Amino acid sequence: MYKILEKEDYSDDTYMQVIEAPAVAQSCQAGQFVILRLHEEGERIPLTIADFDREKGTITIVVQAVGKTTRELQTYGKGDSIANFIGPLGEPSEIEKVGTVICAGGGVGVAPIFPIARELKNAGNKVISIVAARTESLLLWEDKMREVSDEVIVTTDDGTCGRQCLVTDPLKEMCEAGGIDLVYAIGPAIMMKFCCKTTEPFGVKTIVSLNSIMVDGTGMCGACRVSVGGETKFVCVDGPEFDGHEVDFDLLMSRQRQYLEQEKIAYDYYLECRGDKACLT
Amino acid sequence: MSDVEKNEEKTEGGLTRKERMKIPRTPIPEQDAKERAKNFDEVALGYSADQAQMEAQRCLQCKNPKCIAGCPVGIDIPAFIKAIEEGDPAAAIAKLKETTSFPAVCGRVCPQEEQCELVCIVGKKNDPVAIGRLERYAADWEAEQGTSSKPEIAASKGKKVGVVGSGPAGVTCAGELAKMGYEVVIYEALHKPGGVLTYGIPEFRLPKAIVFRECEYVESLGVEIKTDYVIGKTMTVNDMLANGHDAVFIANGAGLPVFMNIPGENLNGVFSANEFLTRANLMKSYRFPEFDTPIKVGKKVAVVGGGNVAMDAARTALRLGADVHLIYRRSREEMPARAEEIHHAEEEGIQFHLLTNPTQIIGDNEGWVEEIECIQMELGEPDDSGRRRPVAVAGSEYRIPIDVVIMSIGTGSNPILTQATPELELNKWGNIVADEETGATSMEGVFAGGDIVTGAATVILAMGAGKIGARSIDRYLQGLPLKPEPEAAEAEVEETTA
Repeated sequence: MYKILEKEDYSDDTYMQVIEAPAVAQSCQAGQFVILRLHEEGERIPLTIADFDREKGTITIVVQAVGKTTRELQTYGKGDSIANFIGPLGEPSEIEKVGTVICAGGGVGVAPIFPIARELKNAGNKVISIVAARTESLLLWEDKMREVSDEVIVTTDDGTCGRQCLVTDPLKEMCEAGGIDLVYAIGPAIMMKFCCKTTEPFGVKTIVSLNSIMVDGTGMCGACRVSVGGETKFVCVDGPEFDGHEVDFDLLMSRQRQYLEQEKIAYDYYLECRGDKACLT
Repeated sequence: MSDVEKNEEKTEGGLTRKERMKIPRTPIPEQDAKERAKNFDEVALGYSADQAQMEAQRCLQCKNPKCIAGCPVGIDIPAFIKAIEEGDPAAAIAKLKETTSFPAVCGRVCPQEEQCELVCIVGKKNDPVAIGRLERYAADWEAEQGTSSKPEIAASKGKKVGVVGSGPAGVTCAGELAKMGYEVVIYEALHKPGGVLTYGIPEFRLPKAIVFRECEYVESLGVEIKTDYVIGKTMTVNDMLANGHDAVFIANGAGLPVFMNIPGENLNGVFSANEFLTRANLMKSYRFPEFDTPIKVGKKVAVVGGGNVAMDAARTALRLGADVHLIYRRSREEMPARAEEIHHAEEEGIQFHLLTNPTQIIGDNEGWVEEIECIQMELGEPDDSGRRRPVAVAGSEYRIPIDVVIMSIGTGSNPILTQATPELELNKWGNIVADEETGATSMEGVFAGGDIVTGAATVILAMGAGKIGARSIDRYLQGLPLKPEPEAAEAEVEETTA
């Protein structure tokens, strides 16, 4: 069992948890992910690591409640335990000194980009971060991003905070101005797709972190397969980070919808039963 | 003594050889095919005490039995069968456990027809003794008693061994080492122990309760099983050696699905057999939504492949309510699946499309599978495997409307551990190179066995490799040469190989 040491709700749908997992914290690096499973009946879901503390032996995750498991996990508070917490999985980010790097995070995607920005900064890069969300209440980790960035641009779709624009607007402006050596974009698939479309004409390398459906997360099942540069890759062992200009995002998004119908059934059951399995019979 | 005289002579137990030879092989009761196609309960129900005793009487208790050498782990088969004949299942299970940690598993999933039962002397004239069913009987009898006999455990040797993977090779190796007095920790990547026995083989062929019970038995010998531990990620092999493990046995299996590389394979509704079976078995998605993990079957499923895994996937899809079509490129004779599994699949209503190979999968506008295009094959000259090579018949393509395609054409080697351990020598398929006789790898103190060395094979072969690994690790930690001296070697080979 893995104990939740801290829990903070950021909005009705987004929250942060610090989980005690010393073995994972000991070996994890920026860019990697974990798989967790809440209890005996639970499914395995992948979550990208948002932060870690090797000394305290903890991993921080930031989650948006979108389905059954993420909604149920939201009800787990400080002192509660989750059954399984496996990682670190996937390949770490390749951190090098390249010059100026833009780290564009959308929604909860800001959290996993934080340790990458920190490492890029430590490696001597100039880090410009774009912290983006639909609306102010969904903005997160602006302060943390300021700690590891030379410059932070905040955007919201509705203009409730920062610039009213899409994440791609400042991205495009900076690419046009020139001097950008690398872009990291993490967020919903559609956001990453358009970030890549924005940077592609400028030939600025853009790394994305893909969030496909997984079961084991260790290369065994192939559920997470994506097409990168025309080749089939497994997000869990070949990724999760890929050159975004090579990724077939439409296929990724289509495959993400594969279990939509069942996810709704599971979610409805959960809301109806509130975890009381007896109500199923 | 002539053959006739020999046959009239009374054997122990009061029956003559002739009388024993006359007893027909006792069929094992099974769930009716129509009934079982709708549930996940076990297909074969097991012998009653009377049936087991009757079957045990068919064993001739040969002076020079062939069956022991036919068993990859060298179980003393006549001895455990004799105990069953004498109505002493407790003695039978004790005898089995001297050699195997997984009797209830092996009694169910070993291909006995290619091993012990293939060489059974009774089988020369009649059907061979049902060794596997008798092994299962003894193991199930013990489980019913709720007790567990334990072999003797040697005094602590004060050394610690790490085992990677809790499948048949890893658990066997761990059990053997624990009996020798070593401290053993198994590191399992998934959240449940058992490896392929848990995520791969379906409940109706091998109930998970049995797998977990056998894992608990190994824990009762002093072995610790740490789940959620991915060696190569959570900790590397070098970390293990640096942090108190005196030796390591790698048995992480053959976990990387292979696809055909035909157009349409990434469409929604195309799954690897590994994914489909892991959802069903490990995650219990056949009980969705009681269990969270969903599974897709649709109305009509195509399973591509002819091995045991293909049969398992097909029969699982059938139980989930689908009309299942199995597509295999060679003929029935070349199918690698066990005859019993093929028979069960057919009996349950799986439709076979033999000498047929998929050429592409066609999707609808939403990215979902709609049809599978196949081509007729004919058998040409034998290939490297000795089987006749299937050759496509030009212009014979046709399409079958389908909702779900399950690819079951094999597995490759999982890269996680080996990529993190560059010191390990690999072959061109990415399998770890290990000495056949000792399991030794290119790294000092690191041994390997099972599917990660051989590529996907059988449970019992993996167990054999686990035994070899344990013996070598014992010798290594005692500072002995891994290969015994020539004269001593002969005796040991007699005892353990095949």
